Amino acid sequence: MTEEQAQSQTQQTASTDAPEIANPFLLGRKVGMLQHFRPDGTVVGATIISAEPNVVTFVRTRERDGYTAVQIGYGAIAERRMTRPALGHLKGLSPLRELREIRLDDVSGFERGQQIGVGRFAAGDKVHITGVSKGKGFQGPVHLHHFKTGPKTHGSDHYKRQGSVGAGTTPGRVLKGMRMARKMGVDRVTVKNLEILRSDADRGVLIVKGAIPGARNAIVLVRKA
Amino acid sequence: MNNRDILASIAAEQVKTGLPDVRPGDTVRVAVRVVEGNRERTQSFEGTIMRVRNGGLDRQITVRRISNGVGVERTFLMHSPRVEKIEIVRRGHARRAALYFLRERVGKAATLREKRKTT
Repeated sequence: MTEEQAQSQTQQTASTDAPEIANPFLLGRKVGMLQHFRPDGTVVGATIISAEPNVVTFVRTRERDGYTAVQIGYGAIAERRMTRPALGHLKGLSPLRELREIRLDDVSGFERGQQIGVGRFAAGDKVHITGVSKGKGFQGPVHLHHFKTGPKTHGSDHYKRQGSVGAGTTPGRVLKGMRMARKMGVDRVTVKNLEILRSDADRGVLIVKGAIPGARNAIVLVRKA
Repeated sequence: MNNRDILASIAAEQVKTGLPDVRPGDTVRVAVRVVEGNRERTQSFEGTIMRVRNGGLDRQITVRRISNGVGVERTFLMHSPRVEKIEIVRRGHARRAALYFLRERVGKAATLREKRKTT
């Protein structure tokens, strides 16, 4: 399918669709990466995100909750995998794997059960993508903070170690926030201003330029920039 | 659809059909679209295939030729829209997958025996 066709699909709006807003959002799943040939023949790395239509599961209002937000759900899951309270929350809707709240100043028009699909995004749009980065385990200061390494040879025992962590008697302690070894990764990461290369509503697939956080099958939130 | 199927179906839309079965050692003529300023024209590059990297959509060939006494190697993505045509000129006999030894050879020593017709 060409990019124009993808664009025309964003025009279709079914009756159950959530209202159009300036900065649509969508939960999806990272599928993997491919090369993408642009019409002018240049090649770019592209990430494929699969997103079946998201369902509005709850609307938070100022009167009831003190703030306004829309809760959306994504991902089919077997009913037996759900807990009873979770099923009760989704009564009348199909079971969903992932729920996420998006803070919005104006939630008028949003109602439980409405859908949001990839059609909200068109080729050429810029998006922010938020996900959880891959875990790297317990990492030393060199990998984690890009500290300089010590000498490799001449009897050095200081190759991947950290240097001094502070002065002596004054202050007599290690300052808080000193960068040291720790567990790395599994952080919430947002990559901004990625270009949508293609939006395929038939298959529920978005193709974005560049890499996005997380492993394959990770849940990511796509928001229009 | 699982991940592999989704990727395969998206890749399939960009894959070209009817590409020749190229192998290392073959001499090929590649027609490439080049953009010069605001004009576009087709340039052909003829040489020996040194290496074929297979990867479905990412399939690429490295072609070597001697141009004005200088060895030139170009890598083409076979499925790129800029590669208009790949034509096999001659089938060469090669016993290895990557013919890097051609780099150390010049003149006739850098030619490969023609492949015998298989019956």
